[in-house]
Amino acid sequence: MPEKMLLKEMEKDQSNLIRALQSVQENEGFVSDERLKDISNYFSIPPVEVEGVISFYAQFKRTKPGKYIISVCDGTACHIKGANLISNWISDELGIKDGETDSEDLFTLETVACLGCCSLAPVIAINGKVYGNLERKSLLKILRKFKKEA
Amino acid sequence: MIKRIKIGTGSCGVAAGADEVFDFFSENIKDIELVEVGCIGHCYAEPIIEVETDKGSIFYEKVEPKKEFLEKILNLENSSRLQVGGNRTKKEFLKVTELAGKIDPVSYDEYKSNSGYNGLAKALLMKPEEVVEQVKISGLRGRGGGGFPTGLKWSFLAAQKDEEKVLICNADEGDPGAFMDRSMMESVPHQVMEGMLIAAHATGASSIFIYVRAEYPLAIKNLKIAIEDIIKYKINHINGRKIFIKIKEGAGAFVCGEETAMINSLEGKRGTPRFRPPFPTDKGYKGHPTLINNVETFANIPIILREGGTKYAKLGTKNSKGTKLFALAGDLKYSGLVEVPMGITIGEIVYEIGGAVKGEVKAVQIGGPSGGCIPAEHFDTPVDYDSLTSLGAIMGSGGLIVIGNNRCMVETARYFLDFTARESCGKCTFCRIGTTRMLETLERITAGDGCEEDITFLQDLGDKIKKGSLCGLGQTAPNPVISTIRYYKDEYLRHVNEKQCNALECNALVDVFIDKENCIECGLCIKNCPIDAISDDFIVDNSKCTRCNSCIEVCPKNTISRIPGGGISE
Repeated sequence: MPEKMLLKEMEKDQSNLIRALQSVQENEGFVSDERLKDISNYFSIPPVEVEGVISFYAQFKRTKPGKYIISVCDGTACHIKGANLISNWISDELGIKDGETDSEDLFTLETVACLGCCSLAPVIAINGKVYGNLERKSLLKILRKFKKEA
Repeated sequence: MIKRIKIGTGSCGVAAGADEVFDFFSENIKDIELVEVGCIGHCYAEPIIEVETDKGSIFYEKVEPKKEFLEKILNLENSSRLQVGGNRTKKEFLKVTELAGKIDPVSYDEYKSNSGYNGLAKALLMKPEEVVEQVKISGLRGRGGGGFPTGLKWSFLAAQKDEEKVLICNADEGDPGAFMDRSMMESVPHQVMEGMLIAAHATGASSIFIYVRAEYPLAIKNLKIAIEDIIKYKINHINGRKIFIKIKEGAGAFVCGEETAMINSLEGKRGTPRFRPPFPTDKGYKGHPTLINNVETFANIPIILREGGTKYAKLGTKNSKGTKLFALAGDLKYSGLVEVPMGITIGEIVYEIGGAVKGEVKAVQIGGPSGGCIPAEHFDTPVDYDSLTSLGAIMGSGGLIVIGNNRCMVETARYFLDFTARESCGKCTFCRIGTTRMLETLERITAGDGCEEDITFLQDLGDKIKKGSLCGLGQTAPNPVISTIRYYKDEYLRHVNEKQCNALECNALVDVFIDKENCIECGLCIKNCPIDAISDDFIVDNSKCTRCNSCIEVCPKNTISRIPGGGISE
C-alpha cells in the first residue's frame, strides 16, 4: 500500500495519477466524487479521463467499503480447492454477494485474483490479514469472531 | 552453540502465523539474536525457523508460539525438524534463490558479505558492450514467460542514442497461482536491484522503474529499504552517472504485465497495449527507449556476471539455459517455491519434489491463464521453452498447479476464461467479445446445456482470438481451452452428450444425496442448510439445493455426498 501522501506534495505529472488515487483510497477507503474532482483539477485532466483510469484498475473503489473487507482468493490453487464454496458460505453467513457491502457497513465481500499464498489454499484475507487452509467450520468461526467484535 | 535464530516472515510465512511466532520468541529470548528472513521455498512447512549453530543450521517446521516449542528449539531437539519430502534436495538446484531465506533481506551488509554486488563490481570493470556480450553468451531468456533472449533485448536498448533511456522491472506478477517474483523481492531485494544496475551500465539507461503489484506490500517495503541503502552507499552512481530509481505500484490489472500496457500504466493512463512497432526499445516510456525485464530475469544477472556467461550456459538444455523458479501448488504434498535446472522433467517436479502420488494426478496447469494443461502421460517432457510450447502449454512465468484426478477439466478451462474475459482490456474486438463468447459457451457446457457443436465453436473462435488480438493476453487467452480440448475431449463430450461430470464438480450436473442407511438423524444438515432444502425426513430437494456443500461439511458420519445428476430421481 502506498504511504499516506498529500496531493500537493506530488509533481503535477500524469504519471503520478495512479499514485494520487491510491493515496486517496488509502486515506479514505474509496475515491469519492469530491476527491475525483480534486484530482482532476490538480492534474488538469478531465474528470471523465480520471474516471476512465479508476474503472480500468481493479484496486479502486468508488463506493465506501465496510469496516472489514473480506477478499476471497480465487487464484488457481484456491479455485481448485473450493474458493467458490468459500465465497458461497460467506454469502450465506453474511447475506452479501461478491462486490456488496452489508447494510451496517460492516463487511464488504470481494473476490481477488491471487493473494500469493497458494500453499495454504483455500485462503481469504480480512483487511489484509490472511487466513488459510479454510474449511467451512474454521471459516464460520472467523466470521463470527469478527461479527462479535464489531 | 546457537549463533542466531532466523524466522521466515515472507508473506506465506506470515499467513501461516510467523508474526505471532516472531513476537512470542522475541519476548522470551533475550540473549540470542533473532532475525526475520525471507522464504526458503518450503511453504508446506511454514512457519519455519532456522537455528544457526557452530555446527551448521537446523530447520524446524510448523513452529508454534508456545513455551514447549521454544524449549524444543533451544535444546536443538530432534522432533519437529524440517523433513524435506521426496527427492527435493537432490533434484533442486539453488542458484537464483541461493540466498533467499538465508540472509536478512534488508541488510546491505549481509548481502554484500555473501558475494553481493560482486557482479556489479565486475561489470563496472568491463565495457558496456562486453557486459551485453556476457549476457548473450549465457543464453538467458526472459523469465516472465515470453522467453525472448535477454542479451539481444539489451543490445537493442544499448544501440539507442537517446540521452534518456529507461529500464523497467516487471514485478506485476498477475498470474493467479504464481508467487516467484514476490518471493524474490521479499527475500533478496538487493539481488534484483543489482541485476538492474548491471543492466543500467550495460545499456546506458538513466532511470529505473520497478512496477510492483500493490498486493505485495512486503515486497514493496523491502525493495524500498534496499533502494535507500543503494542511494546511501552511492551504488547507483555508475561511471559518473547517477541512476534514478523509483518504485511504481500497479493497481490491479493483469494486462499491465504486457510491456506496452505497462508503459501506459506507468504514464498514468489506462493500461491498454499499444501497437508494435515502434517497439519499447525504440520508443517507450514518455517516448524514450525503454527496456522491460522480469524480476527473475534481473535476479539471474548478478550470477551471470559473477561466474561468466560461459559457465552459466553449462547448465540447462540447448536452447534454455540456467534454472527456472516454479510456484508449485495444488493437489500435492509439498507445495512451495522450487528452483530447478532447465531440462528437468515435469514428472520429477511433480512427483519427486512435490511429493504428489503417481496415479492420483491428472495433469499440471502451467503458465496460468496464458498456458495450458499437460496430462500425466506427458510428464517425461523436459522443462524448456520449446518442449512446453510443442505440447500446447508455455513456460510462462512459473505457476505450476497440480490437478488431481478428482477435478473437472472443463470447469478448469471455464475458470481461466472467466479470468481472461474479465481482464481483457477491451481494445481488440476478438479478445473483448471473443473471450466473453468462449466463457458463455463453457458456462453452457458446465450447466449441462451444451452440444457437440460448441466444442468445434470453441476451437474455431479460439483460433480467431489468437490471430485477432494485439497483445499477449488475447493471443494466449484461448490456450487453457484449446489444450484441455486437445487432451480431454472425452470429458467435454461427456458433459455435452451425457450431461455428466465425472469429477462431480459442475454443480448443475450433480445431485446431493443422503445415505439414510448410515444417517443418525442428528439434524445438523437441516440446521446448516442455508435454503432449507432438506426435509425433516432427511431427503434433499435437489431442485432447491444450491450445491453449497454445507451439509456435506457438517455431517459427522459422512453420509452425504455428491452423486451423478439424476441418479436418485424416482
